Amino acid sequence: MAHNIPKTPLLDELEKGKWPSFVREIKDAAKKSPMSADLLGQLERSYREKIGHWKHGGIVGVMGYGGGVIGRYSDLPEEFPNISAFHTMRINQPAGWYYTSQALRQICDIWEVHGSGLTNLHGSTGDLILLGTTTDNLEPIFSKLNAIDFDIGGSGSDMRTPSCCCGMSRCEWACYDTMAACHDFTMSFQDEMHRPAFPYKFKFKFSGCPNDCVASIARADMSVIGTWRDSIQMDQNAVREYAAKGMDINGDVVNNCPAKCMSWDGKELKIANEYCRRCMHCINAMPKALRPGKDRGATILIGSKAPIVEGALLSSVLIPFVKMEPPYTEIKEVVAKIWDLWSDEGKNRERIGEFIQRMGLGNFLEEIGIEPIPEMVSAPRDNPYVFYEEYFEEGDETEEEEEK
Amino acid sequence: MADAVVQRRTDYGPPHYSKFLPPIIKENYGKWKYHEIVRPGVMVHVSESGAQLFTVRASSGRLISIGKIRKYADLADKYCGGYLRFTSRHNIEFLLSKKENVDPLVKELEAMGHPVGGIGNAISAIVHTQGWVHCHSAATDASGVVKCVMDDLIEYFTETKLPGKLRIALACCLNMCGAVHCSDIAILGIHRRPPRVDHTRVVKMCEIPNVSASCPTAAIRPVTVDGHPSVEVLEERCMYCANCYTVCPAMPLNDPLNDGVSIWVGGKVSNARHEPMFSKLAIPFLPNNPPRWPEVTDAVRNLVEVWAKNARKYERMGEWIERIGWPKFFKMTGLEFRKEHIDDFKHAGLTYKRSTHLTF
Repeated sequence: MAHNIPKTPLLDELEKGKWPSFVREIKDAAKKSPMSADLLGQLERSYREKIGHWKHGGIVGVMGYGGGVIGRYSDLPEEFPNISAFHTMRINQPAGWYYTSQALRQICDIWEVHGSGLTNLHGSTGDLILLGTTTDNLEPIFSKLNAIDFDIGGSGSDMRTPSCCCGMSRCEWACYDTMAACHDFTMSFQDEMHRPAFPYKFKFKFSGCPNDCVASIARADMSVIGTWRDSIQMDQNAVREYAAKGMDINGDVVNNCPAKCMSWDGKELKIANEYCRRCMHCINAMPKALRPGKDRGATILIGSKAPIVEGALLSSVLIPFVKMEPPYTEIKEVVAKIWDLWSDEGKNRERIGEFIQRMGLGNFLEEIGIEPIPEMVSAPRDNPYVFYEEYFEEGDETEEEEEK
Repeated sequence: MADAVVQRRTDYGPPHYSKFLPPIIKENYGKWKYHEIVRPGVMVHVSESGAQLFTVRASSGRLISIGKIRKYADLADKYCGGYLRFTSRHNIEFLLSKKENVDPLVKELEAMGHPVGGIGNAISAIVHTQGWVHCHSAATDASGVVKCVMDDLIEYFTETKLPGKLRIALACCLNMCGAVHCSDIAILGIHRRPPRVDHTRVVKMCEIPNVSASCPTAAIRPVTVDGHPSVEVLEERCMYCANCYTVCPAMPLNDPLNDGVSIWVGGKVSNARHEPMFSKLAIPFLPNNPPRWPEVTDAVRNLVEVWAKNARKYERMGEWIERIGWPKFFKMTGLEFRKEHIDDFKHAGLTYKRSTHLTF
């Protein structure tokens, strides 16, 4: 227990102010953990020198798994020996990030004995992050997690831990059961998540409606975003109530409609649903009066990612509407085709979005057997450099055609 | 040993979420009818059955000790049957079926130093990355910058006085673990010097074809140095993305003087009104000035306030800028427009102004 807590005059400045202080958290952990005490010392040095002091590289993990543990080493091991190794473990969060106090305490008990006592709730991909332990603690941690039914998440070139919004558990806008879908996909692809075998990472994110609270359109290789096909459900009395309470229905709602498909005459709100773009604005503005329709499902989009390597991408439409019912066979069949193609033809560290850009969306669709439709583009091409297929006179087709 | 491997239980996945849902949620799953914000940071969801679920949202700070988690657990036991959840922006949410528990819980959270807020027309917590706390490629700290920016903007978290939602995110390098590229305001750590190749370590640690292939601008090529295979960097082509460093630890880019922060604006993820948009460059460089990063906090506050003063109701940062035009944005914010603002990567031409739609 006799470890020193270093002096940290620069970091101490970050204990001031009203936002929760991460420095206070590290100091709290440092009372018991020599690792966290050394982390304080190294971080103070980073603040003084304006430079990080971590090294990466070297494969660490638990037996039977190829991902879920990120190796991290101090580049000042003599000065801070307790963090010479300071690995991260990614723990697969329960769908929707729900916990009981008991489950969290069990994780704390493990982490108090075997790690720094520091966590992230949560990491960017969605996992519960245990921040900082040594290689020889990894197996004991895993075996204790095993006993409380928590498994580790993904890392490296594998399917990353899927994540989702709280969906039907606490949101009236959820157009499908995001938590059920997220858990189902997580369980269906355990091997793909735990044993990296892809060209690069592949993320699923499940959002219940086009508000997209888990940012799936920006951050998931496959974005599953809830939507509906029929008309917005309307309660005209509730609309009039909003108006009576002072809402400017024309200014706040009608004029903000991107499709210009609404009108309000002071008594009745009208929506030309065949032109509605399912943007959610009117529903967001009047949750008591408007709700998504009843014929609900999801839009499947593909390919978003951050800049590395070839530039950032947003996901684009692959399937405009699919019913989201277990076991989600239609989507999983598409996923299997995409993974097969990408695994065969993708370059090292090439995300699926970049792969599609390189081969062309048209060719990609052909390979995975999906027909091109106008919903997939914001506009048809405006350049005439078109790769046409060879044209045959009638009665002069290929042999396969003649055999039919 | 072989038996041990065979018997080892793997791939059992996360616990099923149903184990962690409070009874009120189980009973009303899929039956929620509408919700209202009852006060900043507190909302009520009303079910078709009439049941009411109160959510109290507080900032967690993201980097949390087990001591703090245990305190959260105690609060959950005291006020809501031990049930709690976290949000996609690192907030903690307590799920209450008793309305009378809301005020005392809010009081305790605030006394613990965890402000309640972040719902509705507010700034929610800043999604962020590891920074100097735990990352090899960080060009700035993450938690520290976030702490300073939110200390400064706290009133916009705890109150709902903005025209619309404002989402801030921070990533400490271009890898963007925080995927900040679709945020109203993105704070992005940047390197500004090419990697320094350590030829003695490249040969031991790196696969040279992978290193060459990792460069988006083809600036890295294989060379032989003192009889050993290595790589060289064509510096005029390098834009400091650090992808090579991630592949090859023998090519560090960290530089105390040249590392710093850039600020991007106008992105959004939600489909509401305008389609999702990328954030665009507003400020090419601000220095790392720990521990309080005053240049960054000032810049972010300025952006927030100019937007808040001029945007229409519901208008996100990007929607506001699209309405007024970028020249007005630079004028109103007082930001300098420089060569760095003009894109020169793929599809750069699509960002040139190709009309006479100009304001004067």
